[in-house]
Amino acid sequence: MGKYEPKIIAFCCHYCAYSAADLAGSSRLQYPANVRIVRTPCTGRLEIDYYMKAFENGMDGVLVAGCEEGSCHFKDGNLLAKRRVNSIRTVLAEAGIEMERLRMVNVSAAGARPLVDYIKEFVETVSNLGPIKTKETVKNTTTGAGK
Amino acid sequence: MIVAERKTIPEMVEILKRHKKILVLGCGTCVTVCLAGGEREVSIIASALRIASKVQGLGFEVSELTIERQCDNIFIEQAAEAIEKCDAVLSTACGAGVQAIAERYPQKPVYAGLNTAFLGILEERGVWTEKCAACGDCVLDKYGGVCPITRCAKHMLNGPCGGSREDHCEIRPDRPCAWQLIYKRLKDIGQIERLETIVEPKDWSSSLSGGPRVIIREDHRV
Repeated sequence: MGKYEPKIIAFCCHYCAYSAADLAGSSRLQYPANVRIVRTPCTGRLEIDYYMKAFENGMDGVLVAGCEEGSCHFKDGNLLAKRRVNSIRTVLAEAGIEMERLRMVNVSAAGARPLVDYIKEFVETVSNLGPIKTKETVKNTTTGAGK
Repeated sequence: MIVAERKTIPEMVEILKRHKKILVLGCGTCVTVCLAGGEREVSIIASALRIASKVQGLGFEVSELTIERQCDNIFIEQAAEAIEKCDAVLSTACGAGVQAIAERYPQKPVYAGLNTAFLGILEERGVWTEKCAACGDCVLDKYGGVCPITRCAKHMLNGPCGGSREDHCEIRPDRPCAWQLIYKRLKDIGQIERLETIVEPKDWSSSLSGGPRVIIREDHRV
């Protein structure tokens, strides 16, 4: 059986991580195609609902990439996001989803290399976790269906 | 306001597992302000229940709705259609709201999604503290506006107990000693002499100890 190719959504802040992703492209730094990038004005803009709906609608992992601590364009949006991510990881765990599937990272606009490394690392983590374990996926794995 | 806290998702799943069509019903008043059961929290709880249902194969069909106030019949009307359509209601209101819905819909299972905690205020962002025990016989006038029933761990009417450490309670070291606050407050408002009067034991029959309470206002009855 081949390696599991997860579906991952990455919410990237316009002022840092999105520019870093852009720079990664210009610098010919490749990152896995599993990641769909969504630009957000600030990671502090991301309501808890965004993360929940992402998982509810079939994402295997959610990456939140905000500015480095202390350099948020809106002063403390990234710190708000950090607290929200921490709290929603608990709710996800309660609902039966491994908390490693939601992660927040901090990169600067010049951090193309760190962002690519974070993405690769996150894709690897989620790929190792496999699809979200539901009654159906567990059944498919044990019966050999869906391979 | 009434302050409440969300039950955990596994607790909710345990409560709801015998049903399929579930309505998560939020309340737009106190529990919205204390960030426990308003529209935003209803959406999060509903999402978490859908995910838990998928993971555990429970077959939940979760819908969501938030009304202005669950403890008032006029507002409950707005949820009539949604309640009719579901098998069970998970109410994220305070205990009063949950019971108001259950009384209005006697044939419908109605469950509490929150633990109603206390009457309190938002002390700072993310911190709610208890201020009133709803004892039914307010004594705040004697204590400079600081309630010893609620805020002193020993409910002392003639304090302090002598166990406070660095102005903090010996039972809950993270909370200030109520009697320290009472002393300071009475001194600040020039009423320190009030402490020389011994307060008689309180009549608790107006509190929950006297049985379920009811207030009847004949001037408002029809």
